[in-house]
Amino acid sequence: MTAAIQRRLDIPEPQKADHTELHPELNRAHVRFIGLGKTYNGQQGPVAALHGIDLAIQRGEVFGIIGRSGAGKSSLIRTINRLEQPSSGRVLIDQVDIGEFDEDRLVALRRRIGMIFQHFNLMSAKTVWQNVELPLKVAGVPKDKREKKVRELLELVGLQEKHKAYPAQLSGGQKQRVGIARALVHDPEILLCDEATSALDPETTQSILGLLREINQRLGLTIVLITHEMAVIRDICDRVVVLEHGRVVEQGPVWEVFGNPQHEVSKTLLAPLQHGLPEELQSRLQAQPQSSAAAVVLRLQFTGSATDEPDLAALFAALGGRVRLLQGGVERIQGHALGQLLLAVAGSPLSADELRQRAGNWAQQVEVLGYVV
Amino acid sequence: MWFDRLLQGFIDTFLMVGVSSLIALLAGIPMAVILVTSSKGGIYEAPTLNRVLGAFVNLFRSIPFLILMVALIPFTRLIVGTTYGVWAAVVPLTIAATPFFARIAEVSLREVDHGLVEAAQAMGCRRWHIVWHVLLPEALPGIVGGFTITLVTMINSSAMAGAIGAGGLGDIAYRYGYQRFDSQIMLTVIVLLVVLVAIIQLGGDRLARGLNKR
Repeated sequence: MTAAIQRRLDIPEPQKADHTELHPELNRAHVRFIGLGKTYNGQQGPVAALHGIDLAIQRGEVFGIIGRSGAGKSSLIRTINRLEQPSSGRVLIDQVDIGEFDEDRLVALRRRIGMIFQHFNLMSAKTVWQNVELPLKVAGVPKDKREKKVRELLELVGLQEKHKAYPAQLSGGQKQRVGIARALVHDPEILLCDEATSALDPETTQSILGLLREINQRLGLTIVLITHEMAVIRDICDRVVVLEHGRVVEQGPVWEVFGNPQHEVSKTLLAPLQHGLPEELQSRLQAQPQSSAAAVVLRLQFTGSATDEPDLAALFAALGGRVRLLQGGVERIQGHALGQLLLAVAGSPLSADELRQRAGNWAQQVEVLGYVV
Repeated sequence: MWFDRLLQGFIDTFLMVGVSSLIALLAGIPMAVILVTSSKGGIYEAPTLNRVLGAFVNLFRSIPFLILMVALIPFTRLIVGTTYGVWAAVVPLTIAATPFFARIAEVSLREVDHGLVEAAQAMGCRRWHIVWHVLLPEALPGIVGGFTITLVTMINSSAMAGAIGAGGLGDIAYRYGYQRFDSQIMLTVIVLLVVLVAIIQLGGDRLARGLNKR
């Protein structure tokens, strides 16, 4: 089953775990959370970090978990390899409940799940080679096999030349590449990324995301990543969930959530990616027209679900008057065009309300922001 | 003549410090590992063991060496059959040095970033793998530094042991310098001790620096 088909499946909320036969895609889910909760014992009594999380992550997809700091992302991703022990609910990997695993089974499970970290977590006393080799060494893999595998992975991440270097001698991006090589050395089926690019500059972030995408496509592994950066989700994920106060507040294919965020938190997180009104205009914006010469400022949004990029000439003609483009942009996410236009319409015979309705023929959402002279 | 005596003193000091610090090294590291891993949130969490061992270490650390030495005389006799000479000094020296070194090594082990332990767990390390492949190698520069401090402290203590008949450089300085006012021999002993400590400190620092790849 390809990732594209999986995306189109609308994953229903798994309310009752007993009825999974009604939802075959849940039975195929690679990772499932069922009513997952986590409570910490803090200084001022118990603190709930996660409540009633129900999610299904499909094989081969790149699944993003986003939220503000303290939303419970870290706790959630760590329940997948049981670095974090859930307080309630279950985690299924390939339909197997990992809750009661003893050390032997847990070690075996963790060798099927790679993990990379925000601060890389490389052993400072070991060279690049030794760092990548360590998971194989502790698993008792013979030396010749280890050498072959480590060489192969250092090649994959492009660090063959650096194998004798110590982590302190590497840049952040190189360290994360070592982290990725180390995480993949057991040929895992799942890769967990814990804010893997948050400590990197934008350019390095892009190269690491590119590498992750390549790994996802070439090796077909399932990637679960947490981040507080919407750009990371946009660039790499197939589906996304938004966490807030330990609850799922929104989930869906990335283009849908980006095109039409429903929850306040999603909107806040998306704000840095959206082009707002230029500041100088913002300061001049008025709620009511002060004169008949005032131009109406419209925001048109395309969520990309139905239409292609809009026909601008037809749009402008329909609005009448002088239409100025204040701000605009179109992004392509998973083949969907998402965009917004900020227009100032002056001297149109139509009222603001009529303009809004007309523009609605070209865009999924139209808003009258105000008036400028 | 006095040269032979000095040489003998040097050898005695060397033996006392060498043997007792070697035992302290071998016993102190496991002790430090137990202290760290059994503490709250550690990989072998065991609060009772942690408290008992911690109290034991604190007990021996709080007794001044001179008093510890005297108090241990019956125990020393039981172990080595005598309370006089180099081997009799090794017993209290070891008992003083082991908890001292264990505490210093514990600090180094505790400073290992928890993220590394987490990474090791995530890659499928068993707990003893984490001790062997992560905690000890990462803490090694600090442990070497701590062992250097222990050695220097032991030289200091061994001189005190000399005062109750253990021999060594401290004994020579005490008998010739203090009891016979032979300041020449006392000065020579002081110079010897300073050089010895300097060599140990320099060597330890250099080794710790070489091991530190951070």
